[in-house]
Amino acid sequence: MSPLLQGIITVIVGVGGCVGYFFLSNLILDKVIFPPRADNPGRNINRANLVRPWLFLFPAMAALGLYLVYPVVGSFYRSLYNRSGDEFIGFGNYTTMFADNGFQIAFFNNMLWVLVVPAAATFFGLLVAQLTDRLKWGNIAKSLIFMPMAISFVGASLIWKFVYANNADIGLINAIRDFFGASEPLDVLQVRFWNNFFLMFILVWIQTGFAMVILSAALRGIPEETIEAAIIDGANPFQVFFKIKVPQIMGTIVVVWTTITILVLKVFDIVYTMTGGNFGTDILPSYMMSYMFRDDGRATAVAFVIMIVVLPVMIWNIRQARAEMR
Amino acid sequence: MDNIAGTKSSLSWAVNLSVIFLVVLWLIPTVGLLVSSFRDRDQISASGWWLSPFAVEQNFQAKIPAGEVRQDGEFFVIEGNIFSGGEGEVIRFGGARSNPTVAAAGETAELTRDRSLTVQANGDFVYRSPAEIKRDPSVYYSTATPPDFSLDNYQTILFSNNMDIAFINTLTVTIPATIIPILIAAFAAYALAWMDFAGRGLLIAMVVGLLVVPLQLALVPLLQFHNSIGIGQSFLGIWMAHTGFGLPLAIYLLRNYMVGLPRDIIESAKVDGATDFQVFTKIVLPLSFPALASFAIFQFLWTWNDLLVAKVFLPSNAESWVMTVKIADDLLGSRGGDWGILASAAFISIAVPLIVFFTMQRYLVRGLLAGSVK
Repeated sequence: MSPLLQGIITVIVGVGGCVGYFFLSNLILDKVIFPPRADNPGRNINRANLVRPWLFLFPAMAALGLYLVYPVVGSFYRSLYNRSGDEFIGFGNYTTMFADNGFQIAFFNNMLWVLVVPAAATFFGLLVAQLTDRLKWGNIAKSLIFMPMAISFVGASLIWKFVYANNADIGLINAIRDFFGASEPLDVLQVRFWNNFFLMFILVWIQTGFAMVILSAALRGIPEETIEAAIIDGANPFQVFFKIKVPQIMGTIVVVWTTITILVLKVFDIVYTMTGGNFGTDILPSYMMSYMFRDDGRATAVAFVIMIVVLPVMIWNIRQARAEMR
Repeated sequence: MDNIAGTKSSLSWAVNLSVIFLVVLWLIPTVGLLVSSFRDRDQISASGWWLSPFAVEQNFQAKIPAGEVRQDGEFFVIEGNIFSGGEGEVIRFGGARSNPTVAAAGETAELTRDRSLTVQANGDFVYRSPAEIKRDPSVYYSTATPPDFSLDNYQTILFSNNMDIAFINTLTVTIPATIIPILIAAFAAYALAWMDFAGRGLLIAMVVGLLVVPLQLALVPLLQFHNSIGIGQSFLGIWMAHTGFGLPLAIYLLRNYMVGLPRDIIESAKVDGATDFQVFTKIVLPLSFPALASFAIFQFLWTWNDLLVAKVFLPSNAESWVMTVKIADDLLGSRGGDWGILASAAFISIAVPLIVFFTMQRYLVRGLLAGSVK
């Protein structure tokens, strides 16, 4: 059976199954277990309503529990065992990993990514959002800068492989160097340390659109009176931007910043397709992939390190969400 | 607001120019890829895509027939035209593969063993040798060829490189992985938004927390789990994985939207005797269409563009490759230098997301605005 046909059948079975589950479970609850008849209809209705939320929640909670909560525990547990998984070695994977030069490079690079990418993407996003705010063709400009969001990391990497190509007749970078008189083409992806920044720029290119969309909406939400008042008081456009607008959207800027930070800690595609982690460009997710299928103990240990780095943001997010609900 | 005090026209010029600059900067890489994907593969390496509308200087090789040699004093000479009757214009030429464009048209190139070669712009050549010429000597020359745009690259990649199979596979992964989580999440979101029960706040907080759990954690334990229940690496496995990974965002987006629906409608429906199931299917679900569309687009783009989950949860044989895996693991490795193929493959893989993006941008933006934790 062709996979596509299998997929269509899965859609039908899955959708049918879901609808069937919800419909039937509600029906059984109302008609069989707690029928609003018998000697105590009121109590039965109340009981049914006590159970019903869990009927609605059960499939989602089961999937979340199995696919996201269990792995946190499961990964940690697995990371305490050796390569083949049959011998308990405590924190052995972690100690050998921290001593590994490859891990140190990946960790250092990842911190570099975390510092640079969110900052650059937020900066460009804010810049474009502000510049296009009053522009007649602003929406077209925003739409074009937003476009890379739709492109896969692999596709984006290929696009930039052309730009970085080690050949003045293919790569734009080398063509520009050639134009200014450089004799030999330069493979920018092999220039130690700086190659990281060339890879980072790909993610900045993708994420600027995201930052722009959110910040642009935030800029629109600023009360007009505050800006008018500042202009009447003689503020110049730069003062209006930095002293009136930016402070008012600081909360949104933080959100954008943290969202991109989380993303940076997960993206392995760019490094994997551009350099394969060579030339000192490895980051934690790609370092982990190089151990995946080879040494699950080490791979889960790396994953857990990523989790620990993400943890503060996670806690902060939960606190924000709870504060908002009150 | 265009003519308020403080807005200077000089500044407006600067703004326009800088936006144009940024847009061009952002577009150039993609445009380069698109243009390259239509160019002949030899032309791609001969001149940059930014020169593609112009003629390209390409190198060719021709054999001089040794049979037409005649003796001129102590020299053996061959004369003729390298285009052998055809049209063309020689720009540079040479007599050795190592240095194919040593001399400009009209000059005389000194070759090894005291031989010499002169080629005119119209292709007429004179080849002189002090010794007898036994084998056909080779002449290398460069000539301007007109730009060559075609769909050849697309044809090659689609019909002889199995990109069509990868395309179908991507589609196969994407469709169920987009539809099923929506349904499951919608019910859960309704419960979290409109039903009262103990622990609701805790569950919402959990969903928010799970939004940022790195996927990397899930890979090893879940693959083990799939292997142990007999699913292994298969399409069923990847559908389940994508469903699980997509749920937090789906629940979060949909709940935030549903909570904002007017309370009156839902309460009056309940007063009229509608059950929760009816309220959900007949009122909340239709009203939540914008949020459903937002999430559908997100999940579609994410599953279509995903490389990590596909690498881990799908079998690693060529028949099950999705496009991202095909490009990253196969094309970049085996055809790393074939830029035409790479460009067209990349474009095939990003065409569908781009169409979805440009037609449904409104919903995507709305989803982004609702989805980032405020």
